[in-house]
Amino acid sequence: MTSGVDLGRPQTQAVGSDEDVVRVRQLVRTVAVAAKLSLVDQTKVVTAASELARNTLVYGGGGSVEVSTVDNGRKQGIKILFADSGPGIADLNLALTDGYTTGGGLGLGLSGARRLVDEFDIQTAPGQGTRITITKWSR
Amino acid sequence: MERVPILKIGDILLVSIQVDMSDQTAVALQEDLAERIVATGCHGVIIDITALDIVDSFVGRMLSTIASISRVLDAETVVVGMRPAVAITLVELGLSLNGIRTALNVERGMELIAAERADQGDDEFDYGPDTELTASP
Ligand SMILES: Nc1ncnc2c1ncn2[C@@H]1O[C@H](COP(=O)(O)OP(=O)(O)O)[C@@H](O)[C@H]1O
Ligand SMILES: [Mg+2]
Repeated sequence: MTSGVDLGRPQTQAVGSDEDVVRVRQLVRTVAVAAKLSLVDQTKVVTAASELARNTLVYGGGGSVEVSTVDNGRKQGIKILFADSGPGIADLNLALTDGYTTGGGLGLGLSGARRLVDEFDIQTAPGQGTRITITKWSR
Repeated sequence: MERVPILKIGDILLVSIQVDMSDQTAVALQEDLAERIVATGCHGVIIDITALDIVDSFVGRMLSTIASISRVLDAETVVVGMRPAVAITLVELGLSLNGIRTALNVERGMELIAAERADQGDDEFDYGPDTELTASP
């Protein structure tokens, strides 16, 4: 679970094309810099966001991404929500396995994104869409 | 859709990726490069990713595919200029970039390709240890 209060207004980016995935990367970079993440941590969270936004587009049939800064009193961080109303994921353990893909990808998006962030929360069920929240804290 | 330009320098095709590529742009680059290798007969491809601030699994796969395609078309691919933060992130993402040769910068990449080609030239005259002539006593 993600803790902490939001700083400032969350920023939303619709995801309906692969140009929007580029915009998500740029938005996440801007907010990660504002949250004072190190260069390596910025790179990790932007990479994770790129993977998850592409999934929102390709598998979720499009959706939205909401980016905000968080503060737990000790450190700042970035929190990102990826939401779609697509088919959902029936077998989550399988989907989170390295190399598993139903779309001819490398199958590293979900599993890799989870490794790259500090907190990873996913809510999904068949026919219920998919909501993934990730958080990366400054060190 | 934006397209990434491909420059020809002697026997080498140089691709310097200066934009945050959409997936479509990455796929187009793959196809454009294959065509240019055949059209020019170049034996080396250098992909300069100095300006890329991330490499995700889609771009990683594109780099591997370009390397495989060029190998089939008798060209060597070298990826140059990967930033340290990108390398660290790639490893944690789980991307192995198998079969991709890397070098520090364009100059080193060119040296690597030249050395590769020279080695292959030698191979044509190398009949292996079994057929090697030994000096008579
Ligand atoms: N938002 C989503 N909605 C439905 N299915 C998804 C979603 N994200 C991921 N999946 C499923 O999980 C699998 C693994 O995803 P991922 O690790 O990103 O690999 P890849 O994108 O290469 O297939 C996908 O092939 C797909 O079946
Ligand atoms: Mg994916």
